[in-house]
Amino acid sequence: MNLSLVINSLPQLLSGLLITLEITALALAIGLALAVPLALMRLSKNFLVRAPVYGFIFYFRGTPLLVQLFLVYYGSGQFRPELEALGLWTFFREAYFCAVFTLTLNTAAYTAEILRGAIQAVPYGEIEAARAMGMSRSLLYRRIILPKAFRIALPAYSNEVVFLFQATSLVSIITLLDLTGVARVLVARTFAVYELYIAAGLIYLACTYLILWIFRRVEQRLFAHLRRPEAEKAKKLTGAALP
Amino acid sequence: MPSPVKVQTAPALLVEDVHKSFASLEVLKGVSLSAEEGDVIALIGASGSGKSTLLRCINLLEIPDSGRVLLRGELLKMTRDRRGRIKPADWRQVDRLRSRLGMVFQSFNLWTHMTILQNVIEAPVHVLKEPKRAATDKAMALLEKVGIADKAQAYPAQLSGGQQQRAAIARALAMEPDIMLFDEPTSALDPELVGEVLRVMQQLAQEGRTMIIVTHEMAFAREVASRVIFLHKGRIEEEGPPEQVFGNPSSERCRQFLASHLDRQRNGMPEGQHAQASISF
Repeated sequence: MNLSLVINSLPQLLSGLLITLEITALALAIGLALAVPLALMRLSKNFLVRAPVYGFIFYFRGTPLLVQLFLVYYGSGQFRPELEALGLWTFFREAYFCAVFTLTLNTAAYTAEILRGAIQAVPYGEIEAARAMGMSRSLLYRRIILPKAFRIALPAYSNEVVFLFQATSLVSIITLLDLTGVARVLVARTFAVYELYIAAGLIYLACTYLILWIFRRVEQRLFAHLRRPEAEKAKKLTGAALP
Repeated sequence: MPSPVKVQTAPALLVEDVHKSFASLEVLKGVSLSAEEGDVIALIGASGSGKSTLLRCINLLEIPDSGRVLLRGELLKMTRDRRGRIKPADWRQVDRLRSRLGMVFQSFNLWTHMTILQNVIEAPVHVLKEPKRAATDKAMALLEKVGIADKAQAYPAQLSGGQQQRAAIARALAMEPDIMLFDEPTSALDPELVGEVLRVMQQLAQEGRTMIIVTHEMAFAREVASRVIFLHKGRIEEEGPPEQVFGNPSSERCRQFLASHLDRQRNGMPEGQHAQASISF
């Protein structure tokens, strides 16, 4: 075990981590913003609105992320003239853009599906109560359905965030120097396979722990309404949760 | 607020010849009722008689197949869609009329992710655009009135059923509605919690609020209602002041229904408290 090699490589690994975090954050932010309208369209009564979104979600959930990455990064080259005519080639020739683009659409599809389930799980009585108060459709969504759906979706969404964070390692295959990419380059140079991949793995692990910790804090805050003081008291007294 | 065709003598609520079917089952077979300001109307009847559906047709939680609903003389405009099914002509009118009808549900239907206070100010602030401060002051006064001001910052799950239903009543009152609609407000409550909700409702009746109450609490209906309507299989079988409907019903079905109901209530109650002698809330 060559510990000094790992320590010497840390600055490079951490610069790779920065790329990983950047890509994750960008894809998650844009993906979530896209997921809300997509979920609403997926639930539309109008077939022409619902069908394309269904197809989009079906494709991104049904094919491997690596295939999607190859398709965007290598496949876009085939349409270079058209993309140049649209002024988009400057984006699609960059591996970084292709990575963010693909990951964004991928997480948007998964998140839209999570949100759809959550929206459908909002208790019908609470929706009726809002309608009976004279809330318009848009107000009903803004004030009752979406805030409740976000809470319902949160545990599943934390899974999606962790999944996407791990999945960014695939972008190293399309030449990006993210955390995995940097580790690969260093391994090729030093042959210290164990040391470097274990170091990279530990960094992923630490970040995942941090992500889960943040979600736990958010859940504690948002789920205050589900905690019953009596249940907590009983838990303290008996040392066990109530059934 | 634009209020067309406002006739001076219009009743608070007029329902004319409402029909409603679910699939092949005809639940309402032409029901009409009118409520004057200050009327307290109790809708009674066996389950499946259509009383809840009638109540829900008034604020369009169910869309009637035919018939008319007028709130203080304002007709709820209906039209037909391409397939010939009836639907509201203007959803903004529906929303506006709904905001003037306070609804209390059997299962409370409080918004569980909001505190009690947030539940009460939600619609006044976002539907009626009241300033938040004023809405909060009014909400606290209403919570005081229903006896749960100390629970303002609690979440619905932390309250008993009776407290939740009183919070739901405060939420409906915060809209300052013309009419309060109650859909079996005590049916989901433990027996010992029924009284606290009925007392709040009785107080509202005494203040002269127009109320339409679907209920199985016969003693309460007898004491508080100004008019009782007995529904049977989607039609009004018996209608009149409580003394008449409970004391001397002309319909045999109503007689049977009351007999079975009073029996049940009497058997379930401690001695000397049965429904005929005293009111049980």
